[in-house]
Amino acid sequence: MRRFTLIAIPYIWLLCLFLIPFLIVLKISLSDIALARPPYTPQLDFSAGWEGFKAFFGGLDFENYVFLTTDDLYWKAYLSSLKIAMVSTVVTLLVGYPIAYSMARAAPEWRPTLLMLVILPFWTSFLIRVYAWMGILSSEGVLNQFLLALGIISEPLTILNTNWAVYIGIVYTYLPFMILPVYSALEKMDGSLLEAAEDLGCSQISAFWLVTVPLSKNGIIAGCFLVFIPAIGEFVIPSLLGGSRTLMIGKILWEEFFSNRDWPVASAVAIILLLILIIPIILFQRNEQKAREAEG
Amino acid sequence: MAQTVFAPWTDPNEKPLIQFKGVTKRFGDFTAIDNLTLDIYAKEFFALLGPSGCGKTTLMRMLAGFEAVTEGSILLAGQDIAPIPPNKRAVNMMFQSYALFPHLSIWENIAFGLKREGKSKGEIETRVSEMLKLTRLEKFKNRKPHQISGGQRQRVALARSLAKAPKLLLLDEPLGALDKKLRQETQFELMDIQEKTGTTFVIVTHDQEEAMTVASRVAVMDEGRIVQVATPEVIYEAPNSRYVADFIGDVNLLEGTAKARPEATKPQPEPKPEPTVEPEPAPAPAPVPQPVAKADRVPQPNALGEWLHDKLFSPILGPRPEPLKSLPPPEPTAEPVIQPALTPTQKPIEILPGGIEISWAEGQPGLIAANGDRSLDGKTVALALRPEKMRISIEKPNAPNMLKGKVIDIAYLGNVSTYHVELADGTMIKAQMANTRRIARREITWEDTVWVSFSETAGVVLEA
Repeated sequence: MRRFTLIAIPYIWLLCLFLIPFLIVLKISLSDIALARPPYTPQLDFSAGWEGFKAFFGGLDFENYVFLTTDDLYWKAYLSSLKIAMVSTVVTLLVGYPIAYSMARAAPEWRPTLLMLVILPFWTSFLIRVYAWMGILSSEGVLNQFLLALGIISEPLTILNTNWAVYIGIVYTYLPFMILPVYSALEKMDGSLLEAAEDLGCSQISAFWLVTVPLSKNGIIAGCFLVFIPAIGEFVIPSLLGGSRTLMIGKILWEEFFSNRDWPVASAVAIILLLILIIPIILFQRNEQKAREAEG
Repeated sequence: MAQTVFAPWTDPNEKPLIQFKGVTKRFGDFTAIDNLTLDIYAKEFFALLGPSGCGKTTLMRMLAGFEAVTEGSILLAGQDIAPIPPNKRAVNMMFQSYALFPHLSIWENIAFGLKREGKSKGEIETRVSEMLKLTRLEKFKNRKPHQISGGQRQRVALARSLAKAPKLLLLDEPLGALDKKLRQETQFELMDIQEKTGTTFVIVTHDQEEAMTVASRVAVMDEGRIVQVATPEVIYEAPNSRYVADFIGDVNLLEGTAKARPEATKPQPEPKPEPTVEPEPAPAPAPVPQPVAKADRVPQPNALGEWLHDKLFSPILGPRPEPLKSLPPPEPTAEPVIQPALTPTQKPIEILPGGIEISWAEGQPGLIAANGDRSLDGKTVALALRPEKMRISIEKPNAPNMLKGKVIDIAYLGNVSTYHVELADGTMIKAQMANTRRIARREITWEDTVWVSFSETAGVVLEA
């Protein structure tokens, strides 16, 4: 009985906070827009009894999904989001791996401090940090002032409100999610493995590719998913740092929801996004499970 | 069948494979290796033995190339290896943790070094299967390291480090992670493989039994210095210092002042800084239980043989080779059977003349050490006595050296028992006796007053 309770808790949690909201969104995505409160029909009328049910389910259709295919804005936004998420994931890996590597090789008494420094940005609100980037990247911002003073550039660079700013913002924000899993994989690695590789004739570089990278593979995969999955639906960064031409599905969704007040279309956008993400999420889970099995 | 002794260190023409020349290694202001000079010969199984922190691992890591030498030089086959990085050295190492690559199968682990050499596929295939066969791992070649047992992992590590056919194989505490039974089996396997492949092995260990079992020579280290380098027999039977005597096996150390004893009327056939082979006392005693019987023990010529060689054969055969640091003869006291005690009426035994007498406690007769160096006269010395060289009896025996005491403790080890005997002045003596009888019929028990006796050549006199 106690065991059952223990298992039930996470399932109840998932049911209340994930499955039920998902079903509500799914239902809205099948409804029609209406000038009402809430702004969609049909509503389930319990007082009408069985007839009410019939009317309710009769009113649901896939109209919104069909609509998404008629306007190329949507699929372009999906593709653009995928591209931005992928590029940022790769850049985050390229930046994060050396950081994680040097942390794992630092003297043991330094490691907690370094780890702390990686997590430290979380102590400040995410929004404030993104605003700070606006200050840094704007044409009169710190970065441009600095480069102008050094004489590297003669006129300010336009970084803010371009895709560049979005990449910078995403890489900055999600860097800890890359560093932490890679670090934990590298830290577990036995240093004598590298010595053994060298002893058997590897140069230090080939030892890195043949031993360190394969052994941190699980950390790399976990880090990539942890960056890629939230980055694809990112809304705050593209809307604050990106320009009018930055196309990301998170931004479209927000506009549909709040500017157009078209809840059904917004919900359909969200459901499609979720379906896109299910594949990487399942792959991520597989990787985690495999890593656990290899350790056990 | 004649067996030639493997003892290249006695041959002045033999070139050592490895030469340490005044090697010093410092970490900051800590000196790990202190001006060490040592020769290791090809095909040797050489053990570096010492407590943790004595510098033995540092010595090995310098050979592998993971530590740089601070001063001095290391030569491998006559060539200074300091500028050669670890991946270019003809030296392979078997790591204490085995350091098997967890993401690769057993086969890939063994092939790892060969692939780096750029060998062809066929060559790699052949060599790996050879190694798998040598270490009896054929069945496991597709498994990952975490899917096999500790003993198998140890063999994979050995196969991997041998695959490149190194000139020199370094083994860092190779058996530390195995349980005792498996360790003993593996020791013999290691010796077997070393013989088959003809590779020079240098093993680092803190386990003296392991070092004695596998090695052709043992270097006992302490605080960055080598205290003694010799064959296991010599290390055990003729340690050159208290440290070695104490570190290797069990030992009783009795300290006292040396007094030279009158020389024999007839001089001994040889001067005796080292104990020599003496006429064996009759009746022939049972062989002393050695830690492990070594293959390279040879019969020593007796006095007649030596005389014949010197007088007749030396023009033809050349001078007689100096005997290896020879061992004191098997002691009658080591004989496991308790002999019937002599009655006082029996005539006193003959004690070899010469050597020294050690007065070690007031009111006690001096300890006679016929093999002691007479020049130690007047100095403080310690007599090192192995427990198995002592005899313990209830009745007063007729022996050159006798000590009376009380049995405090008996450690029953199955084949032997170790008796802790407290002497009148409080000194604790350990004596070991083979359990030739069933334990129920043991005649000595706790609180018994007993006599511990040993012959005049049983001990080794060490300068304190």
